[in-house]
Amino acid sequence: MVNRDELLRTIEKNSRIGIDELAVMLAASEIDIANELKSLEEEGIICGYHTMIDWSKTSIDTVSALIEVKVTPQRGIGFDSIAERIYKFPEVKSVYLVSGGFDLMVMLEGKTLKEVASFVTNKLSPLDTVLSCSTHFILQKYKDHGTILTKKYDDTREKITP
Amino acid sequence: MRNPLADKIVDIKPSGIRKFFDVVKTMDGAISLGVGEPDFDTPWHIRDEGIYSLEKGRTFYTSNSGLRELKVEICNYLKRKQNVQYDPDTQVLVTVGGSEAIDLALRAMINPGDEVLIPQPSYVSYEPCAILAGAVPVIIELKEENEFRLTAKEILENVTDKTKILVLPFPNNPTGAIMERKDLEEIAEVIKEKDLFVLSDEIYSELTYTDKHVSIVEIPGMYERTILINGFSKSFAMTGWRLGYACGPVEIIEQMTKIHQFAIMCAPTTSQYAAVEALKNGDEDVAMMKEQYNQRRRYLLNEFKKMNLPCFEPFGAFYIFPNISHLGMTSDEFCNKLLEEEKLAVVPGTAFGDCGEGFVRISYAYSLEDLKKAIERLKRFIENHTKK
Repeated sequence: MVNRDELLRTIEKNSRIGIDELAVMLAASEIDIANELKSLEEEGIICGYHTMIDWSKTSIDTVSALIEVKVTPQRGIGFDSIAERIYKFPEVKSVYLVSGGFDLMVMLEGKTLKEVASFVTNKLSPLDTVLSCSTHFILQKYKDHGTILTKKYDDTREKITP
Repeated sequence: MRNPLADKIVDIKPSGIRKFFDVVKTMDGAISLGVGEPDFDTPWHIRDEGIYSLEKGRTFYTSNSGLRELKVEICNYLKRKQNVQYDPDTQVLVTVGGSEAIDLALRAMINPGDEVLIPQPSYVSYEPCAILAGAVPVIIELKEENEFRLTAKEILENVTDKTKILVLPFPNNPTGAIMERKDLEEIAEVIKEKDLFVLSDEIYSELTYTDKHVSIVEIPGMYERTILINGFSKSFAMTGWRLGYACGPVEIIEQMTKIHQFAIMCAPTTSQYAAVEALKNGDEDVAMMKEQYNQRRRYLLNEFKKMNLPCFEPFGAFYIFPNISHLGMTSDEFCNKLLEEEKLAVVPGTAFGDCGEGFVRISYAYSLEDLKKAIERLKRFIENHTKK
């Protein structure tokens, strides 16, 4: 038997960990782990295995922005179809329906400021159901997906203690 | 000028760990599996309470035995975890780490010449504290074939008319051994028959990997003859806050409080406020850390198996205690060579008592990545020294 929650918690932090290692660490057989992973993928609980990259440390320039979007929900389908209309753009990294002063939180990544601006003015704003957009450019990512990007913390413990 | 020093202190031999630490310190680029404290930072909400208490100006002494709010939470915690009831006003003393509680308990209970049974390998402070209290320490050498658990037979072999206290250090540092309910029931019979008191150091109580920890106070007839010692260092990753506690019979806690009052005054106030938060809202943090320790424990055991390093399965704390005697080196030699050749520091078993000879303590209070790096070095070392 595989502890499903523990399996998810473990690979959420490190998706590169091998099935053999997972089997040891979770005290299960490799076959059980492999089957459980397969089920989790099929059930859509595991949706992908991504790599976290801090692009700002590379030579590739990227610009990210968070856009607050107010929309008019449509009869019968609410926000689903407008969300779909937006998330199909490949430059859109994530779309959330949120409570509060606006409806959709759209996260966007582009190569340049101009590209992002152009997306907002030419693609997003003109959509029929979009009432307004408010764009926030990201200046610095401190922490992403639970990982601190700006600092490395050293082990400051004494090397030997009783 | 005459000798400024007390013979009793000078005669106590310095900690074996200290000696080894001085060697490791001089070695550049050494990695270590020698640490006896969690690698996790204190959970932020606990730290935040400490900071908040400073902001609010709670910078004064607390009552000698500790903040009442904290003592109440300690009693709630022990009720929740071990199903035992203590009175926060008369049966709890908040101390500067579990270490102070060990010292106080021995000093409050020992008359000159009383004997204290100390199972070893175990934490380094029981024996010197017993000596300082005027006791005669009697060492019980725990056996690998018993998974380093204490047996009734071993107590009987070492008990005399003068024996007053049994130190019970489980889950154990350095072996990782635990005592399960059946083990405790067995020794409880002897303890009652020989009319002994128990100093039960349960600082690793949250870190057991079979069932949940059983305290000896849960065994019928033991509550009234046990000083239970615990603290925040290991369970909540709060070593630097220096906060522990002792619970037990009113008349013992009363005398311990007297020493504490004159020697220490009270445990650090900031730490006490933070600890209240730990006990109120820290269960999830503990579970998260325990899950990770357990994964690392299994990982190491499996790696040891692959390198044919004999090792009983430890079910507690965050230590593994492999047997290295087949390599033809003493524990000291093993550790010094490992440090020299691979720049990897582990602690010789002899630092925890002579009967730790043939073993080394490996801590898994390290991230899996760090453990993997260290294991590579250990593997190479073992291969190099196994060749005939």
